[in-house]
Amino acid sequence: MVIDKVKKVNKKEEKRIKNEKASDMMIGKWVKCDKCKEIIYKDDLHQNLSVCPNCGKHFRLSSRRRIKQIADDGTFEEIGGDILTKDPLNFKGYMKKVEMLKEKTNIQEAVKCGICEIEGEKAVLAVMDGNFLMGSMGSVVGERITLAIETAVEKKLPLVVFCVSGGARMQEGIISLMQMAKTSSALTKLDKAGQLYISVLTDPTTGGVTASFASLGDIILAEPHALIGFAGPRVIEQTIKQKLPEGFQSSEFLLEHGFIDKIVERKDMKSTIAKLIRLHK
Amino acid sequence: MSKITAWDRVMLARKMERPKALDYINEIFEDFIELHGDRNFGDDKAIIGGIATLEGEPVTVIGEQKGKKAKENMERNFGMPNPEGYRKALRLMKQAEKFNRPIITFIDTPGAYPGMGAEERGQGEAIAKNIFEMSKLEVPIICVVIGEGSSGGALAIAVGDRIVMLENAIYSILSPEGFASILYKDSNKAKEAAEDMKATAKDLKSFGIIDKIIKEPDDGAEKDFESVVKELKSYIKKSLKELNKLTKEELVNERYEKFRTMC
Repeated sequence: MVIDKVKKVNKKEEKRIKNEKASDMMIGKWVKCDKCKEIIYKDDLHQNLSVCPNCGKHFRLSSRRRIKQIADDGTFEEIGGDILTKDPLNFKGYMKKVEMLKEKTNIQEAVKCGICEIEGEKAVLAVMDGNFLMGSMGSVVGERITLAIETAVEKKLPLVVFCVSGGARMQEGIISLMQMAKTSSALTKLDKAGQLYISVLTDPTTGGVTASFASLGDIILAEPHALIGFAGPRVIEQTIKQKLPEGFQSSEFLLEHGFIDKIVERKDMKSTIAKLIRLHK
Repeated sequence: MSKITAWDRVMLARKMERPKALDYINEIFEDFIELHGDRNFGDDKAIIGGIATLEGEPVTVIGEQKGKKAKENMERNFGMPNPEGYRKALRLMKQAEKFNRPIITFIDTPGAYPGMGAEERGQGEAIAKNIFEMSKLEVPIICVVIGEGSSGGALAIAVGDRIVMLENAIYSILSPEGFASILYKDSNKAKEAAEDMKATAKDLKSFGIIDKIIKEPDDGAEKDFESVVKELKSYIKKSLKELNKLTKEELVNERYEKFRTMC
């Protein structure tokens, strides 16, 4: 009922935000679901794991919230947090943008890694963050992921990576491309050591991340209705000069084509991961 | 001294008459026999591969192949591979490992093909798998960027023990047009982008990403193909000699360290 009231009051506001691009549009304490258009009280949304209580849409999560949902309380110990953004191309405005983002988002880079417990099972957890330059992979993401993999090898722990990425970090040019090689070759060591790697694809996972560690899990999970692909939908549409069908490159599409093992809803994610880890002990 | 801009090199790298993978394969090696298909879906003409000999020793050669005429270029999909192309390359590389043959790859692509079929058949997975497998193959791998080396589509056959670039080749995260359209919101600023992205052989050498630059005439490799081939062939021979001295374990470890410490 509250929601109805808000709808009326916010008619004007609603009209304005319709023109905005962002997927989750914040209006103070309220959020509008861009799928079912329902207006949701923010606290309700967060208590529901940032899943729309009305239609089940999985909102994008910050690394902080994701870690809170997956790791047991107080067990997460960060690794590689001291590795910070570099500017190999001396690209104009890049560092300024990074500094601004750090201040605004209060996160240091597009991935956070650490050792934690998941339902009591010790694991290395890496969580990407789409709030930081669209989760793009530059040298910091590549290096932190690689460190996470090496830690898993060294400490004989399973590795869980939550992916969200627009692809390579353009501002770091060829250095970003090489991160694909670095992370993928590190995974050969984990593979050789016979340890489990679970990759979880969330909305969106594209480009160089899809074409490297995201696709190399022993088990690949995905959240429902996530966009997952190598080329972005816009690039494909420009190439083939036609519109893509509804649901192209969605998690459901990938499942159908045999590229992921299972779609898991957010409420079941932690227990599913914990179960898989136990099955590989 | 020449004043060739980064954009000039982009243009040179894309020139239709510039020597393509097959030209190098036919000049450097003997007895080339092309092998087709990924044993799964099809045969991608944008990637060629097979067995040849170098001074009598069998090697596996793989290359991204553009056409030298408009019609051939279309048949080759402008050198933009589909997943089956990368899977064919991987099949041939695993075969090389089984029979203990070194691998030489030639990189020349505007990128992996961004089409519907490519996505349906797992373009991302195909590239990831190649990078993963190449970094642990127990035979020497030499990768030569001969024209355009663009994005993951290039890297998918470019993980090796020696990375070589022709002087006018470019190797980058994506095309200057794409870069300009993403970062400057204007694809017409490609010239500026070409400069800013630092994608020339000289730039990559300074980053420590490539090991060797092969000289070519200022107006392109085709102007003096013979001497380009001569220098490249002698570099490949010299490198194989060095790499053949390593044990399999040393070889894989050194390759791992190369990419681990690159950046």
